[in-house]
Amino acid sequence: MEQHVLVVFPHPDDETFGCGGTIAQFTKSGVPVTYVCGTMGQMGRNMGRPFFANRESLPSIREAELEKACQAIGIQHLIKLGLRDKTIEFEDPEQLTDRIEQILKEVRPSLVITHYPGHAVHPDHNALGDVTIRAVSRLSLQERPIVYAHAFARDCQDMLGAPDIINDISAVSEMKLAAIRAHRSQSQVILPRLGNGQFKNPSSKNSYSHMLERESFWTYRFS
Amino acid sequence: MDPINKSIVQSALNGFLNRDVYLHLETTNGAYAVHRKESNMTVGAYIRNGRICFGRGIITGDGPYRVGLKIELGWVYAEGLTDFETDQEGRLLLAGHDQDGRLAVALELSLSPFEL
Ligand SMILES: [Zn+2]
Repeated sequence: MEQHVLVVFPHPDDETFGCGGTIAQFTKSGVPVTYVCGTMGQMGRNMGRPFFANRESLPSIREAELEKACQAIGIQHLIKLGLRDKTIEFEDPEQLTDRIEQILKEVRPSLVITHYPGHAVHPDHNALGDVTIRAVSRLSLQERPIVYAHAFARDCQDMLGAPDIINDISAVSEMKLAAIRAHRSQSQVILPRLGNGQFKNPSSKNSYSHMLERESFWTYRFS
Repeated sequence: MDPINKSIVQSALNGFLNRDVYLHLETTNGAYAVHRKESNMTVGAYIRNGRICFGRGIITGDGPYRVGLKIELGWVYAEGLTDFETDQEGRLLLAGHDQDGRLAVALELSLSPFEL
């Protein structure tokens, strides 16, 4: 049984799309979850459908959506790092690692969930996953939490093998769905497919069915 | 934002002539373009709070629209612009959206720096 889960991702909605069901399972069973969100997704290109945000209004809209999504899946503690979308890989990794290390020492999580560096498609995902792994590896073996790394690059199974953690999240799919809906500006483009039942149709090419059924992770092996 | 009204945008551009202006300019096909196989390349570029001064600024085309700003030593250019907004702070926001409402290009001008 976990005592405290720390989730570290760069964008509002990464927590929902990537592991909203897993987070909901933890919070539902009374395990506190802290979310460290790197940026406000200032440079996202989704503006809602029909679009209601613009480049300048998007950050505050996404911030409000994030608060709502956190409520939907039971996240009670949100830490915003205040970085800028698409720039994490250009920041000083030592400084970012210090920051995450400090948070690790405050929160003392038993489990950390972050992106698998090199296997998470978006440069921000890979960069923040990397500094998070670096920060965890600074801790002594006794202090070190388990790390679930989230990967979704097309070739990640070839590179990493099959994920060792496969969570059946169907019991909390409604909570995840509520969080997906909360991220309105980002999810409206895919929601019509949900309405057409494509979430439920595994044969569909653009199927999102897996998103409400299971979430997979690789337990990170520190060398 | 509203669909571009050329004459409103042109007069807004005129208001920035020969002043120190902060520029946000970007284009993107999305960070997941290759991953989602929407394109064989993920491309994007942005400049935020570039400071420019232009003596000539024109919107042209029949929609989507193009804008060219002639600066002392060169040009600022954007095409594919579909929508505009002038906000309370006197900023001019121009953007080009695809059929799903996703932003593909943006050109914004302000007399004070854009928030980071
Ligand atoms: Zn992300």
